[in-house]
Amino acid sequence: MSTIARKKGVGAVLWDYLTTVDHKKIAHLYLISGGIFFLLGGLEALFIRIQLAKPNNDFLVGGLYNEVLTMHGTTMIFLAAMPLVFAFMNAVVPLQIGARDVAFPFLNALGFWLFFFGGVFLNCSWFLGGAPDAGWTSYASLALDSKAHHGVDFYTLGLQISGLGTLIGGINFLVTIINMRAPGMTFMRMPMFTWATFVTSALILFAFPPLTVGLIFLMMDRLFGGNFFNPAAGGNTIIWEHLFWVFGHPEVYILVLPAFGIFSEIFATFSRKRLFGYSSMVFATVLIAFLGFMVWAHHMFTVGMGPIANAIFSVATMTIAVPTGIKIFNWLFTMWGGSIKFTTPMHYAVAFIPSFVMGGVTGVMLAAAAADYQYHDSYFVVAHFHYVIVGGVVFALLAGTHYWWPKMFGRMLNETLGKITFWLFFIGFHLTFFIQHFLGLMGMPRRVFTFLPGQGLETGNFISTVGAFFMAAATVVLLINIVISVKGEKAPADAWGDGRTLEWAIASPPPVYNFAQLPLVRGLDPLWLEKMEGKKELTPAEPLGDIHMPNSSFLPFIMSFGLFVAAFGFTYHQETAWGLPVGILGLLITFGSMFLRSVIDDHGFHIHKEEVLELEKKGANA
Amino acid sequence: MHVEEKLTPETFPAAPERATLEGKNKFLGFWLFLGGETVLFASLFATYLALKDKTNGGPSGEELFQMPIVFMATMLLLTSSLTSVYAIYHMKNFDFQKMQLWFGITVLLGAGFLALEIYEFYEYVHEGHKFTSSAFGSAFYTLVGTHGAHVAFGLLWILTLMIRNAKRGLNLYNAPKFYVASLYWHFIDVVWVFIFTVVYLMGMVG
Amino acid sequence: MTNQMNSGNERVDLAYRRRKNAEEMRHQVIAFVLMILLTLIAFAAVGYEEFSHWFVIPFILLLAGVQVAFQLYYFMHMSHKGHEFPALFIYGGVLVMLVLVWAFSTIVWW
Repeated sequence: MSTIARKKGVGAVLWDYLTTVDHKKIAHLYLISGGIFFLLGGLEALFIRIQLAKPNNDFLVGGLYNEVLTMHGTTMIFLAAMPLVFAFMNAVVPLQIGARDVAFPFLNALGFWLFFFGGVFLNCSWFLGGAPDAGWTSYASLALDSKAHHGVDFYTLGLQISGLGTLIGGINFLVTIINMRAPGMTFMRMPMFTWATFVTSALILFAFPPLTVGLIFLMMDRLFGGNFFNPAAGGNTIIWEHLFWVFGHPEVYILVLPAFGIFSEIFATFSRKRLFGYSSMVFATVLIAFLGFMVWAHHMFTVGMGPIANAIFSVATMTIAVPTGIKIFNWLFTMWGGSIKFTTPMHYAVAFIPSFVMGGVTGVMLAAAAADYQYHDSYFVVAHFHYVIVGGVVFALLAGTHYWWPKMFGRMLNETLGKITFWLFFIGFHLTFFIQHFLGLMGMPRRVFTFLPGQGLETGNFISTVGAFFMAAATVVLLINIVISVKGEKAPADAWGDGRTLEWAIASPPPVYNFAQLPLVRGLDPLWLEKMEGKKELTPAEPLGDIHMPNSSFLPFIMSFGLFVAAFGFTYHQETAWGLPVGILGLLITFGSMFLRSVIDDHGFHIHKEEVLELEKKGANA
Repeated sequence: MHVEEKLTPETFPAAPERATLEGKNKFLGFWLFLGGETVLFASLFATYLALKDKTNGGPSGEELFQMPIVFMATMLLLTSSLTSVYAIYHMKNFDFQKMQLWFGITVLLGAGFLALEIYEFYEYVHEGHKFTSSAFGSAFYTLVGTHGAHVAFGLLWILTLMIRNAKRGLNLYNAPKFYVASLYWHFIDVVWVFIFTVVYLMGMVG
Repeated sequence: MTNQMNSGNERVDLAYRRRKNAEEMRHQVIAFVLMILLTLIAFAAVGYEEFSHWFVIPFILLLAGVQVAFQLYYFMHMSHKGHEFPALFIYGGVLVMLVLVWAFSTIVWW
């Protein structure tokens, strides 16, 4: 198995990606498929805004609007934001801690393919009767009533499969960060993005099982005659709401903590200054994660849990503003007195602060249970969560794309186009969502497919729709930027010239084994430390030697494919004869390949010292 | 130390499950997985507690539960937990044959437990306590059934490991696998302790 | 982590390790006997009609908790060195469990 780079055919490249267990290639897979789902979710968002551009519009009416709305939310959270976050975790975390790979390369690939097949399964619903239409929260009272087609079954089974992938990914990163850090990389020397990944993975570990259980219940009720949510047989739909939000609230932090991590890296790099208040940043991250588990019922204030429960969850929710505030001030103080370079990623970072703070402020407003009765289910809520998710997470993903693109693909993105993307997106974002606060306060309900003329909602909705097209234009510019980057400027190891963390110490893109010699870490921002001492590269912690690598495998793909097949079978098992056998066949494929994985030894292989030397020489010349 | 190296009792490390990096990762990753499983079962228990009295006119737990069967099942599973401790004890002493023997006994006891559980479910269904008959039924069979599925998976897993490694004995590649499988088996017992307490005993008290 | 009692004489080490393992195994058996005992007490407490369920339920839950601690710390070796992260994440899971059970027994039905 030679690792010497040579021109490969399309088929060979495809096979390489289908079987890869290399975290850098898995990052590419996450980025590409997450990106495609992002475009899909964005298209759905545009359709929603076109429908709401004028009163009594008939572009998407009734049921179809419900489907597009549901799929927009579900796609953006589960199939776009999550995998894009995972793309950066995969691309960067092993490099930042000075590791050659993740702890479980095989499981890493399995996690990706599970996510991928789950997402594809969910989207198959468009062609098979209809998409899920009970909202991305899929409240059981609506979901059990959605009987016209199998949409909601595609939701339960699709998310079940991709959720498994996420859980596996979370465990993988926890073990990687605990066990695989380079010599000298203590916990309190880890870059903030790695810390964010660590805490996020812990959240995933504890938040996804309740979702799994909730989805099992919903599947049982819809497909196998269960009665968890059926009041006629003693069930209770509130159980779904609790299980969903016990997952759903931490999920918000699962998305936003990595975003905070990305911005922390960008602020420090382009202020050319150590991150202000590093240890308080770590503390705030852990505290947000802890509090994030205690507040889920603030999504349910109007359910009627009683004043005591509402008061407890209200106060708990407001306390989250404290660690978040700590972070905001730390970022501001990082920039204070720094020698700031306004690159594209830095534009996003600076714009993120006021945008996200606005989302945070409306969050505290919504946390006041009494006031929430007014805001609940109105466009005010829509404005709030888009301010945190787009203003926080999507800004971070776009910033991260520009920041780490050279590291992932070895080519710089064009800065001018990057800044055009930023301004279009920034203006479009505020144009779309700022006005929605007021639409909500004026009484416009969310999730309703139209509104009437003469209620003062026309202008606001029209402005909002115009804004959406600005964001679409921004996305097009980004795509153009990506396409022309193929012929763009080659990126050096330290692509921005101001890199502080370990990923900037090795070639862009890094060789398969990442570090020819594991580095010795002597403090926070190890590369910066070495550069300040006038050195060009890191101090090695080991002599050059043979490097152990994991074998590629096609089994992750087959295991995930088995579940994909099984999901089809079980969806149709009630009305067709082939349903049950196909379902069982799918499970057999999955368990069969698990069995093969168990009995076939996999010891990996070694890249020999001479080969490493040769590759390093090539990397230095490139 | 190479993973496939032939070892002697003298060279076999004191903690073989964590002697290699792969072993260390497996060990930690599996513990973290058990942390996630704790939350999975917690969700099932919480739902069961919320729905246990919603029998929809069917028999209640107090009328259904057959304590002698539950008691026997509990004893079988508890004992199987001890026998897998014996297996790991012999693994640490590099005594492969005895390890296999004790894992074999563990599997037999586990199979006995599973048989009792299937018999128990069969009886309940005949008394009108079905998965589809009430919210109590759905919650009961999902909680206890998920545990049963874990037992079945554990049995197949341990058997696979025993058969796969029967001819080659212990090395640092398979020692972590046996160790992790025994952790899984203990965790199944931990869950059962709560099932017999919360579902059966508390069900009898009402 | 490997063989920390390195006296340089493998046979002495081996004898020492064997003795240590055997001692630990004795503790495991004692733990097992206690667990069986706790189980018997729990079943007996439920069978004994005189006790009020206000006593029995907390009592058997306490017994279950003790039994699980035996499983974790003796059978699963959580008392050994190198189990800091396992303990952290198990207790994390237990914390979420307590919150969930509390919520589901208070604010699902009202």
